[in-house]
Order: sequence, then structure tokens, then C-alpha cells
Amino acid sequence: MKYETVIGLETHAQLLTQSKMFCACPTKFGAPPNTNICPICTGQPGSLPVTNKKAVELAIETAIALNCKIEPSSIFARKHYFYPDLPKDYQISQYELPLATKGHLEIEVDGQKKRIGITRVHLEEDAGKLVHVGAALPGRQAGRIMGSEESLVDYNRTGTPLMEIVSEPDLRSPKEAAVYMQTLANLLQYIGVCDARMEEGSLRCDANISIRPVGSKEFGVKTEVKNMNSFKAVDKALLAEEKRHIEVVEEGGRIIQETRFFDDITETTTGMRGKEYAHDYRYFPEPDLVPLEPESEWVAEIRKSLGELPAARKERFVGDLGLQPEIAGLLVASKSTADFLEETVKLYPKATAIANWLVGDIAAFLNENKKSFSQLELTPAQLAEILKLIEDGTLSNKIAKTVLLEVLKTGKQVKDVIAESGLTQISNENELNKIIQEVIKNNPKQVEQFKAGKETVMMFLVGQVMKLSKGRANPALANQLLKKNLAS
Amino acid sequence: MKIDVDHVAKLARLGLSEEEKTLFEKQLSAILDYADNLKKLDTERVPPTSHAIALKNVYREDKVIPCSDIEAIMANAPEEANHMFRVPRIIE
Repeated sequence: MKYETVIGLETHAQLLTQSKMFCACPTKFGAPPNTNICPICTGQPGSLPVTNKKAVELAIETAIALNCKIEPSSIFARKHYFYPDLPKDYQISQYELPLATKGHLEIEVDGQKKRIGITRVHLEEDAGKLVHVGAALPGRQAGRIMGSEESLVDYNRTGTPLMEIVSEPDLRSPKEAAVYMQTLANLLQYIGVCDARMEEGSLRCDANISIRPVGSKEFGVKTEVKNMNSFKAVDKALLAEEKRHIEVVEEGGRIIQETRFFDDITETTTGMRGKEYAHDYRYFPEPDLVPLEPESEWVAEIRKSLGELPAARKERFVGDLGLQPEIAGLLVASKSTADFLEETVKLYPKATAIANWLVGDIAAFLNENKKSFSQLELTPAQLAEILKLIEDGTLSNKIAKTVLLEVLKTGKQVKDVIAESGLTQISNENELNKIIQEVIKNNPKQVEQFKAGKETVMMFLVGQVMKLSKGRANPALANQLLKKNLAS
Repeated sequence: MKIDVDHVAKLARLGLSEEEKTLFEKQLSAILDYADNLKKLDTERVPPTSHAIALKNVYREDKVIPCSDIEAIMANAPEEANHMFRVPRIIE
């Protein structure tokens, strides 16, 4: 039988605020254990939470970017469960009345655009971090919950603002799910609400997956897959779980609704005992926090400040600037890169050339040095200057790359880099002739071979000219002058 | 209205004796019955209320103020290791 896979994703994004969701502790990652904690986030009796306005603003921004309806009134709720990473024994979240509802995100899979429904966007607080101590089970890594003898709890992360984004069950394959996550991550990064690094946990997701015979309208029994820590893992975990569902059903078995953990080493999912995860969260309105009723002026202001979103910008880059869709897609993955392109185009009109440098040498440099675009020691004016110097023949492509690299490394002015290293292209005939004469003098054997008719030696001789000029000779002119000199 | 004391006790991680179960069942059921009185009221035109005070949009600015007495919080740890709270095995 042919099956159709149905997937819905629940995504948690850490919001880029300075302080926590309901208290003034810093959200900084990587601090020593339990140094960013206070009576509020550790749930000491008598402490009172107060909502971080910035977190609400970032969530509204996201909701607008996801075409959601901002609810006129939403409230926080207490979600109760017992786990050592949750000091209050309840998590402040939103339940019946979330911040925003009914949106969508457009994704593109194999050149096909598809609209994925967004059920809701809500605010909540993160839990702490557990360090599992003790022996590993046979065949498994140490430091995991299974087989550990005890755990250590660090509450630094407790209370960090989290935004939950729930999709409709509109995804039809693991690949679509992975593309959805990547698209969402790009959007969150682009609008600056979350740095969206799955590997570091600032963006996390759980998936609900089920299968049904093609053509069936009813949903099959779903399982919830957790512990997917990269975009690749989303794809792999869901492929494994999809395969498992089909095998169980084909063998006449039944899928049990349960939570399953993905193991990225074995690339399989394992079910947790249903009992431990059967939750009764006893939600009720959080009495310590008053309702959120964002004024329409505020929402309008946020909407205005958002500006053009990546999907629209990509279309414009392709339509107006004539960029290839793939390259335009790479550029709009980060707002600062896209801004850089547009600033440079104002100074040098050939967008394709600029784009090629941005996604080529510049991206490679940032990658190698593990830097982000915002740490770039290059201005649009400098890149435009280099491109103009290539166009007027002052720099060869190869030298331009050297100049660019030096500017990237040092942040020096283009002119200074060229002057200090004497990197301009030699297009002066007299100067080139001097170099050519020396090459001819140094390579009598090759010169003889050339004169005897072995024309391939020409390549070698031009190479010698380039070498002697430290790459600065204008290659076309060198070729021409070399021939002239050898003919005489 | 009868209440499932075993279920409620389990959710609250409370171990209750048989006598306590009987006692609490009676008491909790009485509370629920009392709350049931509300059903006699006509709430047709009363909007659902989540809070007792008519306040909304109370915010703080996104400013960091480090806590001055973290060690007082750490003192609550029954056991501590590497400045972390030490807890027993989570999954059997």
C-alpha cells in the first residue's frame, strides 16, 4: 500500500533579550553554573514575576512575519509537571489564549512553493539544564539520561524567554519538515528575534508524525519525536520514524501514541514508557501575571519596523537585480548580507559580480575564521572600490582576491593595501618588457624549443613572467609582448 | 461531586494513608460541592475572567540586574556538586 506522511512541528526559539522572561537575570549563554539565577526564576516563595516587554515585542514581530493574527487579549498559564530542571514545579506558558494564531509560512521544496499553516505563537519560559552523571549503558554514550546514576542541575537557563511556534499538520515528508525548520530559522535570524542555532539549542523542535493510506482523510495514530539537534537530524529522525510506522502497519501491528527519542548515533527512535510521559498538566491562569493586550498602535509600529521580509526581498533580488534564485536565497538568509549587497549596488551597479564575491570569497573567509557577517571588516564602499579596480584593469581578478583577503583580515583601506604591497597590475609595456627580457635570459632552453616550433612552451614562459612579477603582470598583455620579443 | 483522591495525590506526588484518603476525599468533595453553587448564577452576560484585578499590560524593561544573593538560593540544595543541585536518578 502507498502511504502519505503527515507531520506537524512544534518549535521553541530562545528570544534575543538581555534579561529573562519574568526576572532581571541575564540570559547570557555559557556562564558558570547557577550564577544567573534569582528568587523569581528559581521559584522562591513570595517572589513575583513581571513580563519582559522586549520578549513580547519580539514574539509579536515573529507573529507578524508569520502572517498571524495578534490576539487582542492573551494570558499566561501555569503548566504543572515535576522534573528536576523545573524549580517551581510549573512552567509559565500560554495555553487557551495564546499571543497569536492562524498564520502561515511559505516554504520551497524542489522548486515548488508550499504554504504551511501556523496554528499559534506563544510565549513561555525555558527550563534549566541537566548534566547526567554516571555509567553509560552498553553501546551508548556516557552523559545521557539513560543509565545515569544521578544528575546535576544548572538553573541558568531557567526563565529564559522562549517562543513556541506550532505548525499545522501540513508537512508531508521529512524533507518538507527539514526545509520548514531551515526557512523558519532563516526568518527568525533575519528579523533578529533569535540566533536560531539548533546545535546550540537556541532553536529546538519536536515533531508529531503519523502515516495514512494515500487518499485517506483521517489521521493515523501519531508519535511525538524529540531530541533532534540539527536540521539534518530533523530529516534523519523523521525518515527513521516514518519507516518504523510503515513497517509496524505493514506487519499488521498498531502504532501507539507515545513520545520517542531520536538517537543521532544509531539513527533510530526509541519509545519512552508511556506511563512516565502520560501528562496531566493541570493548566490554570497564572494569577501573578496580568493579561497581555497589545495596543494596536504598538503592533502597527512593530509591523512598520519589520520592513521587507526575506521572501519578498529574494523575489526582488531575482526580479530587479537579475540574481540567480539560489544566490538570492543565500543572500537573504541573513539581513546584514542582503543589506550589504544593496549598499554596494548603489556604488557599483553590477549586482551579480557583487553577489558572487559575497557568497564566494567573503563567505568562505567568514566560514574559515568562524566569524559572522556582522564582524566583517569590509565596507560596501571598499568592495565597490575593488570591483571598479578590476573593471578598469588596475587589478587582475587574482590580485583583487589577495587585496580583498588583506582588507578582510586587517580592515585597512583598499588603496593602502595596494600601495603597501605594490599589488597593482602591471600594464605598462616598458615595465613588462623588462620582466620578459629577464625571463628570456633565464630560460634559454625553453626559448630555443619555442623557436623550433614547440608552441606549448609559451604557457610555461607566460607562467614565468607571472611568477617574476609576483602575479602582477597583465596576462593578456604579457602574452602579446612575449610573442613580440620572441619573434624579434 | 466525588473526587479521585488517588489521582490527585499522584499528580501532586503525595503519599497518603488510607485514613487521609477518606478524610481528604470528603473535604475536597465538599469544596467542589460548594463551588458548584456558582452554577446557580446566571452568567450569560458575564465575560470569562482570568484575573480578579482589572489590570493589563504590566511590563518591565529588558534590563539586567544581577541577583545579589545567589548563595542563599544554593543553600536550598539538599546536595550540591560543582555549584549545581544534585538530584537522584531520573529514569529507572
